[in-house]
Amino acid sequence: MTSLALKNKQMLLPKHLVVVSMLLLILFLSSIVLSVAFGSRAVSFTGIIDGLFHPDVTSHEATVVRQRIARTIFSIMCGAALGVSGALMQSVTRNPIADPSILGVNTGASLFVVCGIAFFNSSAASDYIWLAIIGAIITAIFVFSIGSLGASGATPLKLVLAGAATSAILSSLVTAIMIPRTNVIDEFRFWQVGSVGAGNWTSVQLLLPFLLIGILLAICTAPALNALALGDEVATGLGVRTGMLRMIAAFAGVLLCGVVTALAGPIGFIGLLATHLIRLVIGADIRFIVPLAALAGASILTISDVCGRFLGSPGELEVGILTAFIGAPILILITMKAKMRAI
Amino acid sequence: MINPTIQQMMTTRKKRRVKFIGTTLLLASIVLLLCAAMMMLGNTIYPVQEIIRVLMGDVIPGSSFAINEIRLPRMLAGLFAGFSFGVGGYIFQTMLRNPLANPDVIGVTTGSSAAAVCCIVLFHASNLVLSLSSIAGGLVTVLIIYVLSKQNAFAIGRLILIGIGIQAMLSAAISYMMLIGKTNDLPTVLRWLSGSLNSANMPMIMSLMLCIFCAMPIVLYCSKRLSMLELGEQAATALGVNTNKTRVVLIICAVMLIALATATTGPIAFVAFLAGPIAQRIVGSAFSNILPAGFIGVILVLGADLIGQFAFETRYPVGVITGIVGAPYLIYLLIRINRKGVI
Repeated sequence: MTSLALKNKQMLLPKHLVVVSMLLLILFLSSIVLSVAFGSRAVSFTGIIDGLFHPDVTSHEATVVRQRIARTIFSIMCGAALGVSGALMQSVTRNPIADPSILGVNTGASLFVVCGIAFFNSSAASDYIWLAIIGAIITAIFVFSIGSLGASGATPLKLVLAGAATSAILSSLVTAIMIPRTNVIDEFRFWQVGSVGAGNWTSVQLLLPFLLIGILLAICTAPALNALALGDEVATGLGVRTGMLRMIAAFAGVLLCGVVTALAGPIGFIGLLATHLIRLVIGADIRFIVPLAALAGASILTISDVCGRFLGSPGELEVGILTAFIGAPILILITMKAKMRAI
Repeated sequence: MINPTIQQMMTTRKKRRVKFIGTTLLLASIVLLLCAAMMMLGNTIYPVQEIIRVLMGDVIPGSSFAINEIRLPRMLAGLFAGFSFGVGGYIFQTMLRNPLANPDVIGVTTGSSAAAVCCIVLFHASNLVLSLSSIAGGLVTVLIIYVLSKQNAFAIGRLILIGIGIQAMLSAAISYMMLIGKTNDLPTVLRWLSGSLNSANMPMIMSLMLCIFCAMPIVLYCSKRLSMLELGEQAATALGVNTNKTRVVLIICAVMLIALATATTGPIAFVAFLAGPIAQRIVGSAFSNILPAGFIGVILVLGADLIGQFAFETRYPVGVITGIVGAPYLIYLLIRINRKGVI
């Protein structure tokens, strides 16, 4: 009896789960090592060791390494948040190309932050977070309600177009607010392309509670989201309150990407990329997608950040640019593969 | 003795023709008025006689400089760029039979911008190279989007989605080039984010004018075939149109117009998108709306520029105004299309 139950449970696990998890873990760890070891400034091995294990050494190299550690942790957290956010949005909208950047949610967050800087003199990162979350939520609701008008519901094409149009208005407004205020342009510059370069222990502390809340909500809603994937009628039949579930999961997704936007600027396509790769190899079970997408998102973002340091040397290339370069082809591939009915 | 039904049809047709010509002339006169306003208004308001005297070659201290060096290039840039955007956008929308399939949304404008920015930042290229490469950039973008969306069955939704993906990559490329060309001053950079008439130079305006004079006869010659293409591939073939040849010729003309206009003024948002539908609404769709769409484009650009210059305390570049005006229209259009359920 017990063995039968065990067997059933094993059969429910996705085929390549163990292999994929191991590979991702290796990728994740090596991304951390790379991110700490390499940068626009070469650091010797002893410097790295000093920075990691001897807190009393205050050489230049050790300080650089300590900054890199903070930056690496920040980028891991951002990547994980974006990965989970993408997974949640895709499953809530039942739509393979939902991503905060494609849906214009990032731009909404940006607009609110610019308004805060320009009109309310806010300059603390904690202010930015709340502004960005409010902006992201309002934009998400707006885009989704336009995209889901009509008989066929929220198809990818409608959502993407609604997102693109909304982002166009919002970025015009951002420019309009910025142009008369040169001081805002300076403060706002790093927002135009997302970057984890500004990551330090303060931003890690600010991000952590939101990340935990978001991931907790994602894990709690995952089983019900699986039911939702079968369609609203079936989900309701299985005892899921679909409206409530959608709201909670969407809130978690928007919260995660809003906070990341507030702290790192708009970084696109990580959610799309991570969730897609994971779904491709382990299937559609959202309970496994959420943790693995977090891992994949963290690895992708961190590795992109490291690549950006090499490509942009002697300075560095902002990670938002790189992720757009890697992510947009995935969007195109998905579109090409999709059946027309699904678009 | 003519059949009364045919007679009635002929009178209706005559009425429509009168309406078409009347509205087109009205639009043309509005264009003239706006051009005059662009020349007259500014820090000092010059009377018409003085402007005419300066343009005829008289040298009047003060006004000669203001009119010849500042207002004339500005007016001409707006005039030609608006016309090109309007005509180019109309050709795309008509040929692909969807108002959403315009150069702004599918990334042709961004392709030209990317090529132009690349020339300016990396190679400090001459105006000729700049013009040619922006045309090449636009054509290559169109080609890539077409080839990618042709696989499986061609569908307009797929084309739009792929265009949006390509656009994301190209914008990332533009941001990258702006970052590495760090010595460039901020105004030039901002011009490539949202179009502006401020820094248009005379040689570029001249090459744009030349392009309009070359392309417009071809476009007008093909206008009947374009109207037949709008009926659909099969109907057009049945009516004796060589659809592939017509498409290629028209696309090349449209891309040339759009690319050169982009190289001259930067991507002025949504003019290419708005001109066609507005012309359709004002003039009706009895005849080919190429010229009306061009005039509407001019009216949009010059009107928005006048608003941007004089309506607020700060001077806004024209692209910000057209973006704020145009994007809500895009959303309105999306809402209407979504309600009807046809994409």
